[in-house]
Amino acid sequence: MVQIKRLQEDGIDTLAIIGEIDASSSIELDLSIAKSVGEGYKKILVDCGSLEYISSAGLGVFMSYIEEFSDKGICMVMFGLNEKVANNFSILGLSDLLHIRATKEEAKQLINELSI
Amino acid sequence: MFSDVTILFSDIRGLTPDVPVWLPRVMFDLYVLCLFYYYKFKIEREENLNFTDLLWQVFATGLVATVISLGLRLILFLLGDTALATNIIFSDVVYQINLALFLSFLLAAYTSWKRLILYQKSKWLIRLWRVFEFTLLFALLYDSLNTTLNGTLGTVIAVALGVLGLILSANMKWVAYLNFKQKWTSLLLLLLAFFYLGYFFYTVTRLSDFISIQSTSFLDFRSHTFSLSIFGFVIVYSLFSFLVILFNLPTSSVFEQKLEEVVNYQRISQSIQTEQSEESVYNILLESSVSSVFADAAWLEIRSAAEEDKLYTYGITEQEAHAIRNHLASNNVKGILDQSVDKTKNLSRHLGSLKGARFRSLLSFPIMVKGESIGTLAILKELPEGFNKEMTRVVSTFANQAGISIENFRLLAEAFQNERYKEELKIAKMVQKSLLPEKLESGEGYEIAAFSQSADEVGGDYYDAFKINEHKNALIIADVSGKGTTAAFHMSQMKGIFHSLAQQELEPSEFMVRANNALAHCLERGSFISAIYFVIDTKEKTITYCRAGHCPVLYYRESSNAAEYLQDKGAALGMVKNSSYCKMIEVNQVKYKQGDIMLLYTDGITEASDPKGEEFGYEKLQSILIELRKKDAGEIQDGLISRLYEYTGTRNINDDYTTMIVKFK
Repeated sequence: MVQIKRLQEDGIDTLAIIGEIDASSSIELDLSIAKSVGEGYKKILVDCGSLEYISSAGLGVFMSYIEEFSDKGICMVMFGLNEKVANNFSILGLSDLLHIRATKEEAKQLINELSI
Repeated sequence: MFSDVTILFSDIRGLTPDVPVWLPRVMFDLYVLCLFYYYKFKIEREENLNFTDLLWQVFATGLVATVISLGLRLILFLLGDTALATNIIFSDVVYQINLALFLSFLLAAYTSWKRLILYQKSKWLIRLWRVFEFTLLFALLYDSLNTTLNGTLGTVIAVALGVLGLILSANMKWVAYLNFKQKWTSLLLLLLAFFYLGYFFYTVTRLSDFISIQSTSFLDFRSHTFSLSIFGFVIVYSLFSFLVILFNLPTSSVFEQKLEEVVNYQRISQSIQTEQSEESVYNILLESSVSSVFADAAWLEIRSAAEEDKLYTYGITEQEAHAIRNHLASNNVKGILDQSVDKTKNLSRHLGSLKGARFRSLLSFPIMVKGESIGTLAILKELPEGFNKEMTRVVSTFANQAGISIENFRLLAEAFQNERYKEELKIAKMVQKSLLPEKLESGEGYEIAAFSQSADEVGGDYYDAFKINEHKNALIIADVSGKGTTAAFHMSQMKGIFHSLAQQELEPSEFMVRANNALAHCLERGSFISAIYFVIDTKEKTITYCRAGHCPVLYYRESSNAAEYLQDKGAALGMVKNSSYCKMIEVNQVKYKQGDIMLLYTDGITEASDPKGEEFGYEKLQSILIELRKKDAGEIQDGLISRLYEYTGTRNINDDYTTMIVKFK
């Protein structure tokens, strides 16, 4: 089960993921990102502080946006990943493809730098 | 038996003292008892007798008895006024024969009446009947001892029998089960029975009158409590039956109607077992509804999402049905035959304004399946105000039952479909199993074991081996993201890619680049495959590998007696669709020595959780490998899997899990 909360400030759309993302809940994640993109946000922060587990299907969701983001000039930065989740990202080689930071401040800083 | 009696009696007339006085009475009792048991076995034991058959048996017995008696009468008539005809002994013989026939008829009727009275038994009724029967027996014995009719005991017995007989005669439940025709037959048969009773009573009374003028020492039935009682009982019950049947005649059609309703109801509910389609359920519903309420026509409109609405009609053409529908619609009658209606409605008053229509009454019922109206049943009559509340209730019950039948039918069809899918999945499972190698190509100097299990029928884990040349062997382990059928399809694609690329003696990185190119256009958005491709060179004793997003290799080195995860980078296949992929992977090489072990696995193993939700994890895997290091590949694999099951407490792990173990010798 997963709960995704969206918060918009300073032109940045922050998605807070709370819970676990498996095959079925990955659809919800996909919808949330698509919504954010659809609303025209160029800066997206993903708060993974409360993300307890992510399955390969969930990783696939992030992966599937990589090309679309680079085409549209959208920046997405993730932060607050716990060790296990971060490990999943790095094993898959996604940590090189996605921007991942430890804290929200770092993430914000990065996203502002990237979008200049 | 009765000839015995007559002979004895005639003897008594002439030679009175030769035989004891009590003998004729005892013989009489014996005769009655014999008849009683004869009919008991003949009539009571017969299983398949219906009510009219029972009455027919009584009638037939009466007929035979009457014919014999009339035959005697004819002989008497032919004898005229001869000495024999006026002879008291001869008269007594005739009397005795008639009495015997009369009793035989009475007992046949008695036994049949018993069956009718006890048709719907209750404990109380059976007890009462027993008392009645024993009182009759007592009366019979009493008669044999005492010749006087005026004895107080005799009167008491007679009164008791009368009361009991009357109470028992009130049991007329069987009458309700006769249909109209059977009631007429029963009336006729009872009427004839009355005739026989009257005839015999008259004959026997006349004869005994005749004899009693000359002698009093004969067996006069009129002084017999038993004979009179049984005669009285038979007459009373026949009379009651006759009257009850007669008065039930006008209402019998209602009862038959109810019975037909029950039968129709059963037909609808059983249609699920016998009928092949929903259509037959609809047709049965139409027929049953029409026949149960004497309607003239009906139609049934079934809405279906996929197809056009279907109209089933009975006694009405589709045009007429549409005309009525349109008329009601144009008159803006709310919620009528449109499908949204969920209540039974009487729409008769709206029909009055439709010109040229034959029908003057209309009822509409919704047909509900799973709380949703799937159609409407409309019942029509040519008479105005043709439906009463009872009819509405009946048809509404039919409509409900039809709804249940259709629901069951759909569930059954669904179950069949599911069974078919299961079968298909079984086949898919078999096919997939054949995609994984039964025996892995092992090279010189190492042994190899592998195990794979899917969470669902089919899964996305893959492992394989291929002999490139004499001293080079290719190995692969791969895991398709997600699980189930989609993953299984991609897994088979991966197998194709492995077998076509491995034989080209490619560098592991080149293998991954080409595999990524091939898969980039096959995998759907968000899907990827993690894999590791190895080339084991037994001549150089090296393992060259490239990891594409797969779980890192766990490598045990005997020299240092330690197991470590090989650290390297590499993105999964299918994630990056352009040529930049080659920069995201790297090739690594390990020199192996004897005793080294390489453990490959998919995330199904490390992420398998115990009942508390704690994952199996990397460290546990490490320690198990060190623990089992001395064993050969197959034993390590078995040990690992059994530890895994021990940990999770079940064999149904939520993801596909695979392990491949290579041990160098």
